[in-house]
Amino acid sequence: MVPLTHYLVLGAVLFVLGLAGIFLNRKNVLILLMSIELMLLAVNTNFVAFSHFLGDTAGQVFVFFVLTVAAAESAIGLAILVVLFRSRHTIDVQDLDRLKG
Amino acid sequence: MTPVVLFYLFAGILVFAGLMVVTVRNPVHAALFLVLAFFTSAAVWMLLEAEFLSLALVLVYVGAVMVLFLFVVMMLDVQGAPLRQGFIRYLPVGALVAGVAALELYLVVGSDRLFGSQAFPLPQRAGAAYSNTQEIGAVLYTKYVYPFEIAAVILLVAIVAAIALSLRRRGDARSQRPGDQVRVRREDRVRLVAMPAEKGE
Repeated sequence: MVPLTHYLVLGAVLFVLGLAGIFLNRKNVLILLMSIELMLLAVNTNFVAFSHFLGDTAGQVFVFFVLTVAAAESAIGLAILVVLFRSRHTIDVQDLDRLKG
Repeated sequence: MTPVVLFYLFAGILVFAGLMVVTVRNPVHAALFLVLAFFTSAAVWMLLEAEFLSLALVLVYVGAVMVLFLFVVMMLDVQGAPLRQGFIRYLPVGALVAGVAALELYLVVGSDRLFGSQAFPLPQRAGAAYSNTQEIGAVLYTKYVYPFEIAAVILLVAIVAAIALSLRRRGDARSQRPGDQVRVRREDRVRLVAMPAEKGE
C-alpha cells in the first residue's frame, strides 16, 4: 500500500507547481487564478490524506469548507477580471498599475 | 490493477497536468489541463476513501468553476503570444523559489521519521457497508453546523458580489417603470375636448 509520505510528496509537488506558475505567468491574471486553484488542490489533497490515515472525518469537513470558499473566491475573482478587462482592455498584471504612487 | 499502481499512475498524470497548466501558451489549454488535474485528483481522493469529496470535486470544480473559467477565457479573447513575453525572464527566479520551496517541503514531509509508516500505519480498509457521505453528513450537520451556515452565507455573498460587479447599466436600454404605470390617473392620459359637431352640407 502507499504510505502517507507519498501522498504528502504529491501534494508538495503540486503546490510547488502552482507557486512556480504564479512566478512564470506575470502576464495573465487568468493563469494566476488557475495556479491558485492548483495550490488549493494540493492543500486539499494533504487534508484528505491525513484524514484517511488518522481515521478522522474532520479533515474532510475542512476540505469541504475550503472548496466552498475557493469557489466563492474564483467567482468573485473572475467577475473582477471581467470588469477590469472591460475598462482597461488588458489582463496583463504589469499594465494594472493605476494604484502605483 | 492494484491501488499502488493506480496511485502512481494518477500521481504521474496529476503532476504532468499541473506542469502543463503553468507552461502552456494558450489559456484555453491551461484551463483544460486544469480540468484533467481536477479529475485525476478526484481519482486520488477516491483511493483515499473520500468518495463524497471526490465526487463533489468533479461536480463543483469541473462542472461549475472550470466552466466559469472557460467562459471567461473565451469571452476575454486574449491572444496567447504577447501574454507569454515575460516567461523566460521570470524562469530563473521562479525556478529558484519553486526549487527552494520544494526542498523545504520535501525535508519536512519526506522524512520517514515524521510521516513514515511507523508514525502513520496504514489504516484498515473500510467495509462495503461504510458510507463516507453518511459519515461526513453526521458531523457536518451536528458538530460543524455553524461553520456550515457561514459557508452558505459566503456563497450568498459571492453570488451578490459577482452580479453586482459585472452588472452593467446600459444608457440606451428601455424598460418599463411599473410604479409610474400603476400610479397613473385618468387625467394624465385622457383629455376630453369639447368640439362643436360638424354640420353636413
